[in-house]
Amino acid sequence: MFPILEKRRLNDSMTLMVVEAPFIAKKAKAGQFIILRVNEFGERIPLTIADYDGEKGTVTIIFQKVGKTTLLLDTLNVGDCILDFIGPLGKPSELEGHKRVAVIGGGAGCAIAYPQAKSLHALGAKVDMIAGFRNKDIVILEDEMRAACDNLIVMTDDGSNGNKGFVTDALKKQIEAGANYDLVVAIGPLIMMKVVCDLTKQYNIKTIISMNPIMIDGTGMCGGCRLTVGGKTKFACVDGPDFDGHEVDFDEAMLRLRTYREQESEQTREFNCRLMEGAKNA
Amino acid sequence: MPNMEPKKTPMPEQAPDVRNKNFKEVALGYTAEMALEEAKRCLHCKTAPCMNGCPVNVHIPDFIQSIVNGDLEKAHDIITATNALPAICGRVCPQENQCESKCVRGIKNEPVAIGRLERYVADWYMDGHEKKAERAASNGHKVAVVGSGPAGLTCAGDLAARGYSVTVYEALHAAGGVLMYGIPEFRLPKAIVQKEVEHLVEAGVEVKPDMVIGKVLSIDDLLEMGYEAIFVGTGAGLPRFMNIPGEGLVGVYSANEFLTRINLMKAYLQEYDTPIIRPKNVAVVGGGNVAMDAARSALRLGAEHVYIVYRRAEEQMPARREEIHHAKEEGVIFKLLNNPVAIHGDENGRVTSIECVEMELGEPDASGRRRPVEKEGSNFEIPVDCVIMAIGNSPNPLIRSTTEGLEANNHGCLIVNEETLQTTRDAVYAGGDTVTGAATVILAMGEGKKAAASIHEYISSRYQ
Repeated sequence: MFPILEKRRLNDSMTLMVVEAPFIAKKAKAGQFIILRVNEFGERIPLTIADYDGEKGTVTIIFQKVGKTTLLLDTLNVGDCILDFIGPLGKPSELEGHKRVAVIGGGAGCAIAYPQAKSLHALGAKVDMIAGFRNKDIVILEDEMRAACDNLIVMTDDGSNGNKGFVTDALKKQIEAGANYDLVVAIGPLIMMKVVCDLTKQYNIKTIISMNPIMIDGTGMCGGCRLTVGGKTKFACVDGPDFDGHEVDFDEAMLRLRTYREQESEQTREFNCRLMEGAKNA
Repeated sequence: MPNMEPKKTPMPEQAPDVRNKNFKEVALGYTAEMALEEAKRCLHCKTAPCMNGCPVNVHIPDFIQSIVNGDLEKAHDIITATNALPAICGRVCPQENQCESKCVRGIKNEPVAIGRLERYVADWYMDGHEKKAERAASNGHKVAVVGSGPAGLTCAGDLAARGYSVTVYEALHAAGGVLMYGIPEFRLPKAIVQKEVEHLVEAGVEVKPDMVIGKVLSIDDLLEMGYEAIFVGTGAGLPRFMNIPGEGLVGVYSANEFLTRINLMKAYLQEYDTPIIRPKNVAVVGGGNVAMDAARSALRLGAEHVYIVYRRAEEQMPARREEIHHAKEEGVIFKLLNNPVAIHGDENGRVTSIECVEMELGEPDASGRRRPVEKEGSNFEIPVDCVIMAIGNSPNPLIRSTTEGLEANNHGCLIVNEETLQTTRDAVYAGGDTVTGAATVILAMGEGKKAAASIHEYISSRYQ
């Protein structure tokens, strides 16, 4: 059992939790992930580690409420426990040896992208961070992101923060204005990572992306997280989650992520109904 | 006088057209009368050839004699003196290649149904006749076991009985390894596995789930924590794919994933959140027990047509005859001497068919089986919405890739001294599928036992 020590709503759909997991906290490195199961009947879902503190023995996760499991997780409060919390899984990110880096986060992906920016910055790279959100009301972690890099650019799809456009618009502008990136790190929805890679390919800039596919065990046993990288089958759980974005077959990954879309939306609908029932009866 | 009936006393079973719609156990077990009748078929040969066929040397004629005498408690004691998991072995051991293959009754007629009798005794014990497991007096030494499958559980049980303080680390959230995630409920009820694990816990074994050794703790960390020896029984858990076009399509599963969703994660029960595709038409590729398990599970999820696609002929299938027979009875369609060459999908990336080519048998290959050769131009498609790859597993690389000095062969199997099961590292032993490649539950148990004896010898020798 893994107690929740802190819980913070970042916006309407995103929550941060600090979880007591001393063994994992001691071994965790940037880019790795955990798998959790909320209760006995729950699914196992992977979440990238947003932060960790080996001394305090804590691991921070940030999740977006997108389905039943994340909705259920969000009903837990400080003092409650998560039944299973397993990690650190996957290979740590390889961030050393870069001079000028653009770190790109999309929505909830910013939660994972900003610690990467922080690590790169600490390793001596000059870091620009480009964060994209649908509108200004759901911008998260702005202060943290600003502190983690040399230059933060926040884009909104609807322009509500005065900076309308996608992350790729900002990235292109930066590159054309002479930012001489030797690495781009992109973390967010698959479609965002794909378009970032399409752009950086044109400029021949090495691009690392972080995959977050459907998974069960996270140890290479089920093969459910497989994806095609450079024409070869790779398992995101043990070969990743970071991959060279120019080699990844994103179209296949997007189709695979939709495997259980119908079952999931049905479960989520039922769960929301029950939550409402509960609220009415309370 | 022995019962000279030439055939085994039949095992009561759920009818095929009933059981292929539920996940309950297929074989229902002997009644007391059936067990007695079958026990009387044993000739009690002085040389007990059956025992030589048993990887853990159960004293077979003795326990059968106790059944005849009506002393089931003694029968249970005799079995468990060498076999810690009789309810499991009675169900999933390939007795036809082991004890029963050596039975003198089997020369002219059917052998004594040793497996069914073992199961009968174990089930009787679990059905309200259990004794509290005794804890051996502590000898003050600590051993860690990595992996809670049949090899790890057996090793842990044997060491605990010798007074060691044993901790078993498991990567998943429940102990049992392949017994929990791989073998289906209808062949091995999970409640039985849980009982066996509880029994070990009672005997003093500590089980820590959710711990991926190689990640959260390394082998070296464990040694630093004061474990004097380590047994690695992490199984063969890295699924193989065929590397044919279309394996990335939605609806293509490894047998590991499909079975884990059903067995460990209980996707067939409404109250669990585990999602699974409930396919109409399924092709299972492979000819082993895992392929049979996947095919029969697919039927139980409601599939209308389930095909086993296998590139050789039935005689070459590695699956147990009993499993093949059960699968056929339940309606699984066998497409033999057919080899998949591609999987096709629709615009949404979902499987629509599997393309196969016909094969014929040529000269024997390295395994001694006649090698299948493609018949050119014989390609055809089977319309399916799901393909399950059950073509084998390689040992999981997590431990060897994170432990310096731990060597493996070209197949990824850990290299051990065959006598002691010691790896290329001091104090580190290994056994089961992680050493042999995918094999059987009982062989893994035999290795767990052997490793426990070696570990005991190793630790004792340090304190002489």
